[in-house]
Amino acid sequence: MVSSPAAPFAQDAAAPALLTVRGLSIRYGAKVALQGVDLDVRPNEIFGIIGPANAGKTSFLRALNRMDEFVPDMRVDGAVTFAGRDLRTIRNLYALRSHIGVVFPLPVGLPLSIYDNVALAPRLRGVKAKSELDGIVERSLRRAALWDEVKDRLKNLGSLLSGGQQQRLTIARALSQEPELLLLDEFSIAVDPVTTMRIEEVLKELRQELTIVLVTNLVQQARRLAARTAFFLGGRCVEIAATEDLFNGGAKDQRTIDYLEGRFG
Amino acid sequence: MSRANPFAPTALEGRSLGAEKVARLGFLVVTLLLLIPALGILAVLVVEGAPGMSLAFFTEKPRENGAAGGIATALVGTVWLTAVALAIALPVGVAAAIYLSEYARDNWLTRTINVAIVNLAGVPSIVHALFGVGAFVHFLQFGKSILAASCTLAVMTLPVVIVATRESLQAVPKAFRDASWNMGATRWQTIWHIVLPNSGSGILTGLILVVCRAVGETAPIMFTGAVFFRQLYPGGVFDKTMALSLHLFNVSTQVTNVPRHVPFAVALTLIMVVLSMNALAIWFRMKLRGRKKW
Repeated sequence: MVSSPAAPFAQDAAAPALLTVRGLSIRYGAKVALQGVDLDVRPNEIFGIIGPANAGKTSFLRALNRMDEFVPDMRVDGAVTFAGRDLRTIRNLYALRSHIGVVFPLPVGLPLSIYDNVALAPRLRGVKAKSELDGIVERSLRRAALWDEVKDRLKNLGSLLSGGQQQRLTIARALSQEPELLLLDEFSIAVDPVTTMRIEEVLKELRQELTIVLVTNLVQQARRLAARTAFFLGGRCVEIAATEDLFNGGAKDQRTIDYLEGRFG
Repeated sequence: MSRANPFAPTALEGRSLGAEKVARLGFLVVTLLLLIPALGILAVLVVEGAPGMSLAFFTEKPRENGAAGGIATALVGTVWLTAVALAIALPVGVAAAIYLSEYARDNWLTRTINVAIVNLAGVPSIVHALFGVGAFVHFLQFGKSILAASCTLAVMTLPVVIVATRESLQAVPKAFRDASWNMGATRWQTIWHIVLPNSGSGILTGLILVVCRAVGETAPIMFTGAVFFRQLYPGGVFDKTMALSLHLFNVSTQVTNVPRHVPFAVALTLIMVVLSMNALAIWFRMKLRGRKKW
């Protein structure tokens, strides 16, 4: 167990990885979005991915959830292993996606009631008992720090909440199936700073129970949250390091140093 | 700023403003011209047809080939034709629209289907009628019947149902589908829970278009199921029937000794059916749109 005050979220490096990515390449038609990415994500870690636009960050997350099924032209090569299973061998992708929660850059309140937003996925999985659904909805909304604001109006439309509330609703929805892995794609783009900080607190709490891959356009957000951070640039993973090392002069690649110092991106 | 009033129009701006006024007025006049036929038709029908409009006109069966009596069997026949056409065109059209909008990939098959739909919409109704005779009356052996006529009407209205429904499915944001898929919902679960509940107005539009076409069309039904004169109400989909649109054609041109007001009364009835359907649809859509969901 390696732990130091400088790296409060350091992980047990010896623990088997929850997610193993080897030689991952993603193409859209002839356009290459990601090339030759190798990385491991360990259980209960927040793994940050930073990089400028078109670095392949979002495509990377899509591949983890096998969303290539819904994106015409998207081709994924290489091996991704999640909880010991090679994703390419999983026939039941719907079950895979219930183990992996996703939060998008723009909040998506589905045009259903707040309650139904959170209860949708459990219902699709066959949960019918009202008491069980009530429990899931309350627990998910509490974990997403939204319960106190909406508990008296669960019947209102989720799509009419404010942006910050909708983003927390999106997180609650992602948590409704008790996923082992949570993927966040630049969740703070359309959210005010106060809500961003609240969600960051939520993520720190969630780290106790699940694993998080956090794609962010805010370098400082990765610094605040991630145990380790990968720097993506132009479809390649340039560097992976413990976040504290990266920000304390430990970056090895000049491009990483330039990006962290705000010289581009 | 050398001039006293920097906002006073220059000569060039003055000409632009003048042209703007002319353009605005011109377009208004042309638009108002459209009202003349619309109001004119309605006015003539009301004035000429009003003497014939009575409760008995709607409830009595026609006599003497339509020269006397009412239009009851034609009215009921039109309701039958429309209802059966709707029952066929709506499910088929909505299903096709769902496939094209939610499942189809952009390949040669999809493109071929899209071209076919556009072409189907452009086929004249008399050609549909002949197709109906061949396909439904003879090949499928429905005989000259409500079923054959309604099938013909359904084929004719399918393109509009498909296009209207597809547009409204496409209007549901892609982000909703993404969110649903990422939670592990199948395409069908996503369609059923998220997309369809939010496309009601488009499907309703399709429904209304079917009704309006089915009520008004004459050519497609006159060879396939509608008859010149019949005093019996239809008892099932394999019966022949009278229909308002064909009846209007007949009392206007084919039957002698028809009182002058009868064709106008029939036409007025036909228009009232269509207009009331339209009004209902507009009211429904306003209600649906009023509930803002995102």
